[in-house]
Amino acid sequence: MTTTEHDTAGSVAAGNPTSAPVPLTTRKDWSSDQEVRWCPGCGDYSILAAVQLLLPELGVARENTVFVSGIGCAARFPYYMSTYGMHSIHGRAPAIATGLALSRPDLDVWVVSGDGDSLSIGGNHLIHALRRNVDLTILMFNNQIYGLTKGQYSPTSEHGKVTKSTPFGSLDTPFNPLSVAIGAEASFVARTHDMDRKHMTETFRRAHDHKGSAFVEIYQNCNVFNDGAFAEITAKERREEMLVPLVDGQPIRFGPEGSRGVVLDGDARLRIVDVADVGEDALLVHDESRSDPSLAFMLSRLAGGPYEPTPIGVFRAVERPDYSTLVDQQIDEVRARKGDGDLDALLRSGTTWTVE
Amino acid sequence: MTSTVDPGTVHDGPGREVSILNSLIVRFAGDSGDGMQVTGDRFTTGSALFGNDLATLPNFPAEIRAPAGTLAGVSAFQVHIADHDILTPGDAPTVLVAMNPAALRANAADLATGGTVILNSDAFDQRNLTKAGYVSDPRTDGSLTSYRVYEVPMTSLTIEACKPTGAKPRDAERSKNFFALGLVSWLYHRPLDSTVAFVAERYAKNPLVVEANTLALRAGFNFGETAELFESSYEIPPTTLAPGTYTNVTGNTALAWGLIAAARQSGLPLFLGSYPITPASDILHELAKQKHFNIRTFQAEDEIAGVGAALGAAFGGALGVTTTSGPGIDLKSETIGLAVSLELPLVVVDVQRGGPSTGLPTKTEQADLLHAMYGRHGEAPVPIVAAKTPSHCFEAALEAVRIAVTYRTPVYLLSDGYLANGSEPWRLPTSEELPVIDPGFQRETNHVDEDGTARFWPYMRDPETLARPWAVPGTPGLEHRVGGIEKADGSGDISYDPVNHEKMVRLRAARIAGIARTIPLVDVDDPGAASGEKAPLLVLGWGSTYGAITAAVRRARARGLTVAQAHLTHLNPFPSNLGGVVTSYGRVLIPETNLGQLVRLVRADFLVDAVALNKVEGTPFRVGEIERAIVDLLATEGYSEEAGE
Ligand code: SF4
Repeated sequence: MTTTEHDTAGSVAAGNPTSAPVPLTTRKDWSSDQEVRWCPGCGDYSILAAVQLLLPELGVARENTVFVSGIGCAARFPYYMSTYGMHSIHGRAPAIATGLALSRPDLDVWVVSGDGDSLSIGGNHLIHALRRNVDLTILMFNNQIYGLTKGQYSPTSEHGKVTKSTPFGSLDTPFNPLSVAIGAEASFVARTHDMDRKHMTETFRRAHDHKGSAFVEIYQNCNVFNDGAFAEITAKERREEMLVPLVDGQPIRFGPEGSRGVVLDGDARLRIVDVADVGEDALLVHDESRSDPSLAFMLSRLAGGPYEPTPIGVFRAVERPDYSTLVDQQIDEVRARKGDGDLDALLRSGTTWTVE
Repeated sequence: MTSTVDPGTVHDGPGREVSILNSLIVRFAGDSGDGMQVTGDRFTTGSALFGNDLATLPNFPAEIRAPAGTLAGVSAFQVHIADHDILTPGDAPTVLVAMNPAALRANAADLATGGTVILNSDAFDQRNLTKAGYVSDPRTDGSLTSYRVYEVPMTSLTIEACKPTGAKPRDAERSKNFFALGLVSWLYHRPLDSTVAFVAERYAKNPLVVEANTLALRAGFNFGETAELFESSYEIPPTTLAPGTYTNVTGNTALAWGLIAAARQSGLPLFLGSYPITPASDILHELAKQKHFNIRTFQAEDEIAGVGAALGAAFGGALGVTTTSGPGIDLKSETIGLAVSLELPLVVVDVQRGGPSTGLPTKTEQADLLHAMYGRHGEAPVPIVAAKTPSHCFEAALEAVRIAVTYRTPVYLLSDGYLANGSEPWRLPTSEELPVIDPGFQRETNHVDEDGTARFWPYMRDPETLARPWAVPGTPGLEHRVGGIEKADGSGDISYDPVNHEKMVRLRAARIAGIARTIPLVDVDDPGAASGEKAPLLVLGWGSTYGAITAAVRRARARGLTVAQAHLTHLNPFPSNLGGVVTSYGRVLIPETNLGQLVRLVRADFLVDAVALNKVEGTPFRVGEIERAIVDLLATEGYSEEAGE
């Protein structure tokens, strides 16, 4: 007997997308019976709600959905979903999810992670999952602090950050997560924040629908150890001034009545301008599917930190074959060429001799 | 390529005196770039086809191309062939083929007294002598007087032979290993046909190389026949092997094939997550070639991702495997701990090499046993299976998968550098003979709440095996979460309850210990048992020492000593009768190529005053080393050779 498909473990799943229509569900169907244990007021609650509200709209089945996480506050996420899930090891979720996605391309695999998990201990796995374009939806909760270990600076904390482990201020230069992702050849890169459920939902929907690795940075407030880290840009009254919504095919503008915008200077730099000064036609038109990542990279660095006007939305969404598809194609090609594997023939493929 | 050997066939001798030998140990030695591994491999295949039993020991430097002509760059391949069943590549070569002074200097000391040295005299110029560190020419300074030395100008004869091809001398010279092979083939009556065919296939893209190698091969053979340098040629008659179809197989290949067989027998798609590392990489290479068996090989960004991806695949219902060696094992420990906690099937192949740290990447050692046993934080038991010969790697892989799948546990499969690259004839099984492995996926809920709700409890155990159900994504109604945090017995919910934790720790331990019920009892070969009087000494081993221990025990018995032998494939748990066995012998000797690891486990578990015999030179035991230890140990107990039975 030769296993020709995922016909042992995944047969139920494999049939699903086309055969049985997925029954209608509500948020309740996607919530597990486990008590949610984040600190009251934590931004994680609204992210969880956004995901649980979105999933019923996606037409996917619970049994075909898997959440994989590493370690950290965000990493408790899978326990609260009534799907398949794995709470794994610090930083390793992208690697574990890669194995799952490669062996089960029929599944919807999500990775939930934090800034320490993704960019410190797990930085290597993240960049390699992105460059391979493994079909994963990666949600990275960025709160710029270590929450679970009670307040040390993280790889996204600002220079000079005073924490328990840096009483005299951090000396590290922080990572810009979107720059890292774009530099790692990510095919889908977006940013959203925990104060705007609608924006999160739409961003997650786009990320989920993207075939390949989708990386979403979510500005998330840790009200216990880094309260208000993003307040300057995400507070309701600040958003209009400080958030720069990226809309595909549209000039990049923000501010009251769209009075401000982004232009590409002659010296290859992005600059924020008053639209009245330069005219609407001078504004940079956002093109998320541009194959060259340079502009997306520049946009990811428009703000020096969450205290300057900061772009949100989809920075980059380009089509490129996802890794599972390539792996399966190669297997199919080899099978077409060599025929299905035959163990007895394999054992006898070297020089053999027979003793009577 | 298949050929049938009639053991009765006598190949035509070359017309000079022919002597019959029972066995022969040849070592081919030269520069890394001289093609000694290919030469040795072809001589081995020729001998296998001729019907001899054999065992091989390649030995190459860690550097890909150390400076030519230096001791650091010497690469060697030893093969032991015999007309009877043999177990090791042999202690001391009886023939050394040295392609240059460095090869001679690095290997001469190993040569048996009275042995034969065939050297490439063209390479013995002052420059090469100096590079090898010789102050005087060993050919003339008397240092080789205890050997029979044959000087053959192999380089110039090869260049001469290749003239018809029009190849430049510098290119033609590269065929000199085939000249050496041809010469040794004549000397020991090995047929050339299979090598001619091999050359034609291997170098098909370069007809000039095919021609040059073939010409050199034949020239070497003809040189032996016509040069009258050798007074005699030799024949090693075929062995009487059990009927069947044989192939010569290395441990790494057998292991890879064992994994493929296990995937077939369990119906699980094979997923290998791996990172290149010597000497394990050939398993990755072999599996990567066999994609038509629906195998996914994933060369990960690091060792951690390799095992992580394998575990992720296992969660999805695949046969997750990772392969590594040396420092790679350290890096995988964290994920193996997670697999212990998740109770998912996972096979971790450790092709052990010399340590610590980078250690001796191309040399063998058995020093990871205690790491496999204990190298994780917390109480994290992992079953261990160890292969004992190159071909046994096949069976050991099947057994590791059986345990992993049946008991939902990570399993360590230990091989080592010696098994990985060494080879032996293997009587091929047919696929119908192989055991079936049932993954027994969970399809239904297994618990009913008080309010009547049917649920799936991921940590509800099978009462017999204590294994938890394997419910894979895609199965409706069995959605569940697993993780590294301690889980409540049964429901699998997060639990920090102290009593539950102790219960779970004990359940995990009991589950692994219970595997002993399904593994064969350790078999003791005790010649005294028949007479009702046990041998005074048991030699106990594990893993790749099997060949050397068995050969040493045979020799000791030939000296009239009564010695019992037992060998372990299962190191955790031990076979259930092991305690009874070791406590029933007056003395227990445990040879290991480490500083004493099994011996610690045996002493700790069974309070037996076992004696350790250790060697950590990066090479396997010589039979004589174990034989001497047996004789010495028995002498202290008052048993001498004469006093034997
Ligand atoms: S420590 Fe911070 S991030 Fe963690 S749960 Fe509490 S508020 Fe949320």
